[in-house]
Amino acid sequence: MSGQSQEPRRGGGKRWAIWLPLVLFGGFFALVLNGLIRPAENEVESAMVGKALPEFALPAGFEGTPALRTADFRAGEPRLLNIFASWCVPCAAEAPQLEALAEAGVPIDGIAIRDREEDIARFLAQYGNPYARIGRDDISEVQVGIGSSGVPETFVVDGEGVIRYQHIGPIMEGDIPNILARLREAGRPL
Amino acid sequence: MKYPAALAAFVMAASFAAPLLAQGSLPPAPYAYRQLEDPAQEAEAQALMETLRCLTCQSQSIADSDASMAGDMRNQVRQRIKAGENPEDIRAWLIERYGEYISYKPELTTLTWPLFAAPAVLVLLALLLLRRRFTGRVPAEGEDT
Repeated sequence: MSGQSQEPRRGGGKRWAIWLPLVLFGGFFALVLNGLIRPAENEVESAMVGKALPEFALPAGFEGTPALRTADFRAGEPRLLNIFASWCVPCAAEAPQLEALAEAGVPIDGIAIRDREEDIARFLAQYGNPYARIGRDDISEVQVGIGSSGVPETFVVDGEGVIRYQHIGPIMEGDIPNILARLREAGRPL
Repeated sequence: MKYPAALAAFVMAASFAAPLLAQGSLPPAPYAYRQLEDPAQEAEAQALMETLRCLTCQSQSIADSDASMAGDMRNQVRQRIKAGENPEDIRAWLIERYGEYISYKPELTTLTWPLFAAPAVLVLLALLLLRRRFTGRVPAEGEDT
């Protein structure tokens, strides 16, 4: 463009302005390409992290394990609260990891969403039962109460009953160190 | 013969897994598919539900969606309205749990104000440009229109 430093043509605007539409197009193109390559996260995070669990008292998920209520989370020890369901396929995928966490001494409580006792019993017989307590939430009342938007989700709750962390989706093997770290942050002894 | 057997097992498993698509085999919550007895309350609930996002199908409202969780949320909205709660309080209660994303109703906040300001700014800009064009001002030497 140098060497053409004549007077701008009348009515033609600045010379560089001619490139503006192309630059704009390039910008939009990059934006769309970026959206295609890295699709936006559509997970809805709970806004309840840092807040206390709502008051609830759920009936027992099935007769093999005690029922669950808010007071159970105020025993001074951080716990995992796992939202699951027997009809949820990724919940079966995370079962071995929950089992491993339970074996490592992490207390885990479960809330079964829209589930029947016999289905919960069958699911746990098949995939193992890592839960200290299980509550049954038939109308997603507690699920909405803690800002959970699906199954499975796992919350780290500290010894005072305050939600400290939310893990969305199944816990895979690579997630375990992070979950343990979050439990330690919530006051779990090393 | 190993694979046909596996296939047969899969087909059988899939046919038993029908409730899986229904996301639970329980009957829906009381007010998931039933309107409130009081038409005025139902209208209030309906108006609110149309502006709340379904978390399972995120482009739909809970009034539109057939997802089980949307049904449970309709039940909660209707029961709260029935108990005499204000619709905007219910919206605030949900926003407290899920953030602004749950609501389709645009709110003027520190984050969203440019969306409201942009049209005004654009109109102002257009008026300025048009004014320059229509007043017929001759550009000074070396200046462009």
